[in-house]
Amino acid sequence: MGHHESNYQPKWAIEKWLDERLPVIRMMSDQFIVFPTPRNLNYWWTLGMVLFFFLIIQIVTGIVLAMHYVADSGLAFDSVEHIMRDVNWGWLLRYMHANGGSFFFIAVYIHILRGLYYGSYKAPREILWLVGIVIYILMMAAAFMGYVLPWGQMSYWGATVITNLFSAIPWVGDSITQLLWGAYSVSQPTLNRFFALHYLVPMILAVFVIIHVWALHVVGSNNPEGLDVKTKEDTLPFHPYFTMKDLFVAISVLGIYAFFVFYMSNYMGHPDNYIRANPMVTPTHIVPEWYFLPFYAILRAVPDKLGGVIAMFGAIIVVAIIPWLDTHPIRSLRYRPIARIMFWLFVATALLLGFLGAKPASGWYITASRALMVFWFVYFLIILPILSRMERNNDKLPGSISEAVLGKSDDAAEAR
Amino acid sequence: MSTAETVDNSRRDFLYIATGAVGVTGTAMAVWPFIDQMNPDASQKALSSIEVDIAPIEVGQAITVVWRGKPVFIRHRTEEDIKLAVETDVAELRDPQTDAERAQKPEWLIMIGICTHLGCVPLGQKPGDVKGDYHGWFCPCHGSHYDSAGRIRKGPAPRNLDLPGYKFLSDTLVKIG
Ligand code: HEM
Ligand code: FES
Repeated sequence: MGHHESNYQPKWAIEKWLDERLPVIRMMSDQFIVFPTPRNLNYWWTLGMVLFFFLIIQIVTGIVLAMHYVADSGLAFDSVEHIMRDVNWGWLLRYMHANGGSFFFIAVYIHILRGLYYGSYKAPREILWLVGIVIYILMMAAAFMGYVLPWGQMSYWGATVITNLFSAIPWVGDSITQLLWGAYSVSQPTLNRFFALHYLVPMILAVFVIIHVWALHVVGSNNPEGLDVKTKEDTLPFHPYFTMKDLFVAISVLGIYAFFVFYMSNYMGHPDNYIRANPMVTPTHIVPEWYFLPFYAILRAVPDKLGGVIAMFGAIIVVAIIPWLDTHPIRSLRYRPIARIMFWLFVATALLLGFLGAKPASGWYITASRALMVFWFVYFLIILPILSRMERNNDKLPGSISEAVLGKSDDAAEAR
Repeated sequence: MSTAETVDNSRRDFLYIATGAVGVTGTAMAVWPFIDQMNPDASQKALSSIEVDIAPIEVGQAITVVWRGKPVFIRHRTEEDIKLAVETDVAELRDPQTDAERAQKPEWLIMIGICTHLGCVPLGQKPGDVKGDYHGWFCPCHGSHYDSAGRIRKGPAPRNLDLPGYKFLSDTLVKIG
């Protein structure tokens, strides 16, 4: 990992002994203490640490919840109520887990938008980007299956709608859906396997986080100027400069998270999930968890089953392949005024789609969803490739990171 | 055994490919139980059937019964329901089926009450329910409209509501499954 010289000096005999056999302390020191990090990183670079905190929170609260939860369609709903009322601190653990899922997604969305804005997906960070997308998909799988576990009305009907997406696949679709269900509808076998997989997926996710950090440490962090690190003056050691900044933000976010856990415990959930699952009655208005809403809006915008499913998955695929769609030589949108406007239009599109995903599928909501869906694809597949060729290079681009920070003049700062 | 002067390459290739082929087949066979265990098991497959007494259902009324864990809609259709369904131009339908193909006896419509889009249970069984633009059923999940023969008319669903196998044992008793 990493291309800088190791300057770790084992102090004690035992450290030296270990270093010759398994240099873990050397690796930690090289990668997380002295690791050369661009000196101009801003607060948007602190989300990585926040994400790490939430992964740990989800795993720890999840494991203890699993000690009380029962994955049986007849008992699951009651076991969650039992956690809420009887288990010592059960209410806290469950609210931490449920809100932790939402905060995990808030952090990952900011983290992804950061990458899009500063061009962090561009060479040589394509693999880093793709591994990030894999992590995001695993997160969605984990959160989807977790939401099924309390076996409320939204759990049940969310699971039904999402698993039925696979039935759109020509010829084999119905067999695949039955394979997922282990039955002819979402029922006991489905719940049982979702629990097993909900336990497993975060562990796989954790492995991908390690690969993500590995890929990051091979090429180093991008930075707000989008410039390559050229000299030692461009960097600072990771500790204490960035560990402290990251921890400061992580702790502040945990404060907000605590506020939600204690005072707005159910704000991001849906009240219908406190109604026991009923396979005979669909709630009149079913909505997925908020973090899926933009994709749900896209699914519903297309008046065709297979078409809707393709559009929904396609919306994620275009994000995954952006390194090959946006090939403009400048990374940071600070120095790409036109692409910057387009970026904010895309952010607005994503937010509006999220809003529409929570509305009934009728009238102007559908029309608006369609228009926004078109923009989503146009942004990635047409605007970005065209701008890659047409947008002029910006003469305000500083020569190096140190020049941007320490300044030849104030120009660079003004350009923002 | 004497050692050959030159290596017999074709024999080596054969052994190499044969080993590979056996390895791949063996792996595929070993993987299959791990996948197939997820499919519906024997207890799920055990076909059940139910008998429903339809005598108490008045004209214009509908009931929902449970069969294999799924809702089954039984509607006692009115003259008007039937007329609307019969007079529809079949050629214009997304999933063309005549009314006679939908109902063994015109006054009784028996269907699986699961939207063929993504599996919600459509509204239209209870008197107060919205019935959609075609006097049948309306799926609120993503807005599919079904007509009075349960045929898809508008919205994202690809097929008409599925029909279970059923048989009239008498005028008032029907066996589903
Ligand atoms: C990527 C990390 C994870 C995410 C995003 C996640 C997400 C979720 C969500 C959204 C729920 C539904 C909460 C509710 O509304 O009640 C849930 C429930 C649950 N999760 Fe997780 N989870 C994660 C990791 C884990 C792990 C590692 C375990 C176990 C080892 C676990 C065990 C459980 C259990 C037992 C429940 C059911 C109890 C309940 O509903 O509160 N989770 N999870
Ligand atoms: S499930 Fe009925 S319209 Fe989507």
